[in-house]
Amino acid sequence: MFYREAGQFKSSYKEDQAIFPILQDRIGIAVLLVAAYLVVPFVMSEYLIGAIMTPFLILALAAIGLNILTGYAGQISLGTGGFMAVGAFSAYKFATWSIALGGAEGTIPLVLTILLAGVVTAIVGIMFGIPSLRIKGFYLAVATLAAQFFIEWMLVKVGWFTNYSPSGVITAPPLEILGYLFDTPAEKYIFTLTFVAIMAWAAKNLVRSHIGRGWMAIRDMDIAAEIIGFRPLQTKLSAFAVSSFFCGVAGALWAFVHLGTVEPEAFGINRSFAILFMVIIGGMGSILGSFIGAAFITLLPIFLNNVPPLIGWNIGVDMVAHLEFMIFGVLIIFFLIVEPHGLARLWTIGKEKLRSWPFPY
Amino acid sequence: MMIEVLFFLEVLFSGLLTGTLYSLVALGFVLIFKASGVFNFAQGAMMLFAALALVGIQEMLGVHWTVAFVITVVIMIGVAWCIEKFVLGKLVNQEGIILFMATIGVTFFLDGFGQTLFGSDIKTLDIGLPQGSLDFGGIYIDSLELVAGGTAAALVIGLAVFFNKTKIGRALRAVADDHQAAMSVGISLRTIWIIVWSVAGIVGLVAGIMWGTKLGVQFSLTLLALKALPVLMLGGFTSIPGAIIGGLIIGAGEKLAEIYIGPFVGGAIENWFAYMLAMMFLLVRPQGLFGEKIIERV
Repeated sequence: MFYREAGQFKSSYKEDQAIFPILQDRIGIAVLLVAAYLVVPFVMSEYLIGAIMTPFLILALAAIGLNILTGYAGQISLGTGGFMAVGAFSAYKFATWSIALGGAEGTIPLVLTILLAGVVTAIVGIMFGIPSLRIKGFYLAVATLAAQFFIEWMLVKVGWFTNYSPSGVITAPPLEILGYLFDTPAEKYIFTLTFVAIMAWAAKNLVRSHIGRGWMAIRDMDIAAEIIGFRPLQTKLSAFAVSSFFCGVAGALWAFVHLGTVEPEAFGINRSFAILFMVIIGGMGSILGSFIGAAFITLLPIFLNNVPPLIGWNIGVDMVAHLEFMIFGVLIIFFLIVEPHGLARLWTIGKEKLRSWPFPY
Repeated sequence: MMIEVLFFLEVLFSGLLTGTLYSLVALGFVLIFKASGVFNFAQGAMMLFAALALVGIQEMLGVHWTVAFVITVVIMIGVAWCIEKFVLGKLVNQEGIILFMATIGVTFFLDGFGQTLFGSDIKTLDIGLPQGSLDFGGIYIDSLELVAGGTAAALVIGLAVFFNKTKIGRALRAVADDHQAAMSVGISLRTIWIIVWSVAGIVGLVAGIMWGTKLGVQFSLTLLALKALPVLMLGGFTSIPGAIIGGLIIGAGEKLAEIYIGPFVGGAIENWFAYMLAMMFLLVRPQGLFGEKIIERV
């Protein structure tokens, strides 16, 4: 009943190809956006916004990036952390470079800095994507580990990337756009949200386009895709480029907005795994799933840290860490067996049910 | 002999012997991939779990290490059974990539479970393996690495005999070639999988003992499994000799690169050198040294 589409006629191609063709979806997204912009910053405490909402959004962006590569294009990657690091450090280089050129205000605007960092990451991503034409499946997964370790090492060892800071830590410049300083957690949240909302919208449109269908064709059967006219090299490399762009922007946001100061270790192999889990649990090949997965993975440790003491079960810190490992492991196996399409699939099922509610069919 | 030559030989031998330790970890991967087509990311976790169990049982029960070894072998067979029962059995006929991700789940579960049971502090593992270095005419060689080399050789010979001469070995090869054909002649896929994962677990235990003696039993052992991946890529996923030779190349290459190239680029290149070497090699030969060539027909 809530999803009854009867009476919603489309009389032009434009309407038929709209991103949300159903009225209820448009209302839902609008409500969600209004809530995210106007309710969350005023209702939630600074701690909740700074420690949960902002990292959640940034990780969701990285998950979208990996989902494009793994979920849509079928190229498994364990190097997401490395690509995020490239984004963070190249944004830092652009920012400090512009400060060096034009004084404190900088000559490259902040938004452009972050986008340029994405472009640099895309180029690095393409470089590590080139082997994907010859190397497939597991071999490629291992090859992306090369990217992860090499990038991490390079950022630690080569002083140029950190402007020869002795500790290897970079400090982000203040977030200033057109003279307005994004300072409080709520303001930083709004900044992140805008980025993530626009990029998620772009990703959603991209996967519906010719390019996105090419990725899915390559994923489903590369030889058949080649026969119907998708060039494997361009298709795969474009997936690597777009995916890395998203990861790079996420990395830049992580360094500039969330942490402020960051070292290469923040983008280690565990970060790559965490984002892969978001994609698996949220749903492979789903933009919505990236958000749900990110929310799930961000909230689970907080849940584990807070709930057992509440019910009078005191467990040590290291025990919580181990429990987290075990629960992640079990959940991944559970989802792969029971619901390979992840949590996003539950929403699809829910929509089907709502369509016919209150009648069973 | 000149001191440089001696030093070079020492580095080379040390690298080759460390390589056999990598091979030990890689062997477990190959076994499982060969017999079931599953890329087992959990091999490192199985190694850590086995080593933790061995030390934990020794501490808790206060028994001799041989007893603890036997109990650990039984535990690893139990782990293999559980993996078949709860994970692989449910994912039959799924794509390889799904199975691979499932083994990542197994990795995380085993890491957490092992540390929950046996604690996460660094433990020393001492079952009387020789330590310290031996002098071979001016070349110093770590005696533990010699033992590891010998063990790896013995394991490979043992596994080769097992695969080629026994009835179970023939069944394993049949399963690897064609699941359905093997089943239709009366080979139980379940039993085979349990056997393979048990053998991989025991190989993991042996590798865990070697590495545990060298570095202490701790969480970072799982990172060694990541080191075994380039070894596999180089050697080919399906080849036991490939795992050994890949290990030797990676071990020696890594040590030599660290000593002779490292100082020019800031050092600590061991972490990625193996991966880069393997990746470059794959560009030339995508199936690795001894891997089966993947033929694509349209």
